[in-house]
Amino acid sequence: MTDILNAIVLFLNFVGVPALAYGSQLALGALGVTLIFGVLRFAFFAHGDLMAFGTMVTILATWGLQAMGVSLGVLPTALLALPVGIAAAAGAALTADRAVFAFYRRQRAKPVVFFIASVGVMFVLNGLVRIIIGPDDQRFDDGARFVVSVREFRDWSGLSEGLAIRSTQALTVVAALIAMVLLFRFLERTRMGKAMRAFSDNEDLALLSGVDPAKVVRWTWVIAAALATLAGVLYGLDKSFKPFTYFQLLLPVFAAAILGGIGSPKGAVAGAYIVAFSEVMVTYAYRKFAMYLGPEGWAPDGLLQLLSTEYKFSVSFLILVAVLVTRPTGLFKGKVF
Amino acid sequence: MSALLAGTGMVGGYGGADILCGVTLEARAGEIVVIVGPNGAGKSTAMKALFGMVPLRLGAVTLRGTDITGLSPQDRVKAGMGFVPQTGNVFASMSVEENLEMGAFLREDDAAETMEMVYGLFPILRDKRRQPAGELSGGQRQQVAVGRALMTRPEVLMLDEPTAGVSPIVMDELFDKILDIAAAGPAIVMVEQNARQALAIADRGYVLAQGENRFTGTGAELMADPDVRRSFLGG
Repeated sequence: MTDILNAIVLFLNFVGVPALAYGSQLALGALGVTLIFGVLRFAFFAHGDLMAFGTMVTILATWGLQAMGVSLGVLPTALLALPVGIAAAAGAALTADRAVFAFYRRQRAKPVVFFIASVGVMFVLNGLVRIIIGPDDQRFDDGARFVVSVREFRDWSGLSEGLAIRSTQALTVVAALIAMVLLFRFLERTRMGKAMRAFSDNEDLALLSGVDPAKVVRWTWVIAAALATLAGVLYGLDKSFKPFTYFQLLLPVFAAAILGGIGSPKGAVAGAYIVAFSEVMVTYAYRKFAMYLGPEGWAPDGLLQLLSTEYKFSVSFLILVAVLVTRPTGLFKGKVF
Repeated sequence: MSALLAGTGMVGGYGGADILCGVTLEARAGEIVVIVGPNGAGKSTAMKALFGMVPLRLGAVTLRGTDITGLSPQDRVKAGMGFVPQTGNVFASMSVEENLEMGAFLREDDAAETMEMVYGLFPILRDKRRQPAGELSGGQRQQVAVGRALMTRPEVLMLDEPTAGVSPIVMDELFDKILDIAAAGPAIVMVEQNARQALAIADRGYVLAQGENRFTGTGAELMADPDVRRSFLGG
């Protein structure tokens, strides 16, 4: 009995909690991608770098606040700096829209042209971030380290395995949950949210109903930028900030959006958690887990790890290919990519 | 009585060759106007031209005597026109009620009363108001589409083949509803494939062919005209 409990705690500690936090970060990113796709009808490949840009500005503002001696106590100071980062990311997205995408909208260009243009925007943002903050790892978390530490959990439960919940993980899940509830309420209840959904559903009819396309486009960029920055800051607090890692996040974020059904916000959230859990579960070494569940004194020969962590992105790739081949509309019947 | 909506000598198309080569249409308050004609006659194009969805090279469109030829479709909605496209005429992923709300998007006053009016006209929509419009049957979907267009309380409601793809029973129901709507006020301009039934309820009918007016008259006159019967109504 204790062995089974130990196995469960072990699994939760190394798979459940990290995957839940990672999934929440992906969900915020995938929501942005799916909103942009729904309204502007193209795959915005600069999303990872928009996350990096917003996070970078948040980090700079955090350092400024820390230098002034401002702190939020147990919570990371970055939360105070977040609005600055969101404003900067929204500014960057709106500037990119005005300078690049608005031109192609006037040309009535094909979606693939927008997508290629977004790759250009990606390189520009990418370069800006590396020039301003550099390509290296940055840590900017402060405040309390743990909500529950391994030692506390062991003392409380009497098990030999411990469960740690880092404060950044708890913060990630709570913040993502709040952001998602707010977003869904906005989309379901407000005039602008309904206009966005209508525009995404049937552009011609939305125009006929008097929806102002320029306004819908602006709102979409601002919301996507806010979600991207929040996702980036939470990811950075949870792990660390490195521009290249954020660029790489593009893949799981798109896998999540497409798995859920691109254009469907609910799908993006579901897809994100599936991608995150798949990635963490496939790269976790189950040796100790199996020892708890196997006969007394038995140990497997290998690590029981399906895939080494260096290859974690192949999980997103596999999901992406599998979905596009078998069910291109995704789980929640999005638009066909 | 002067025309509420009139398109005079409309010539134009979607770029390239002209589809309309001088079409004149008009609708007076409270009238049901039906546009019929063979495939490719420019029926839908003529109606879209009235709504500003087809650029005109020549001719003019007036609403209540005011020239609206230069107005965008959105501005024509504001000016009191409603349009129900033939396809893609509902927000499939949104609920019936949200579809109606989107219809009233331009209105700044409370649209609850109009929504009650629409539910009164189409009781089935009240029962299905929380259901996504995309999940409804063809006939119910058309009711949503018409209801959406009615939410701005238009003076002229334009319907592009409202009975396309629905069963004969549903078609009869829709024609009845159209009569009800016309009785409540707005003029109706519609393009119809089912010429006989449509002309039967029409106050004014236009037969178009090759982008021009061919015959004009009351619905009954057109139905009685041997030329119209022979060439367009199949005897």
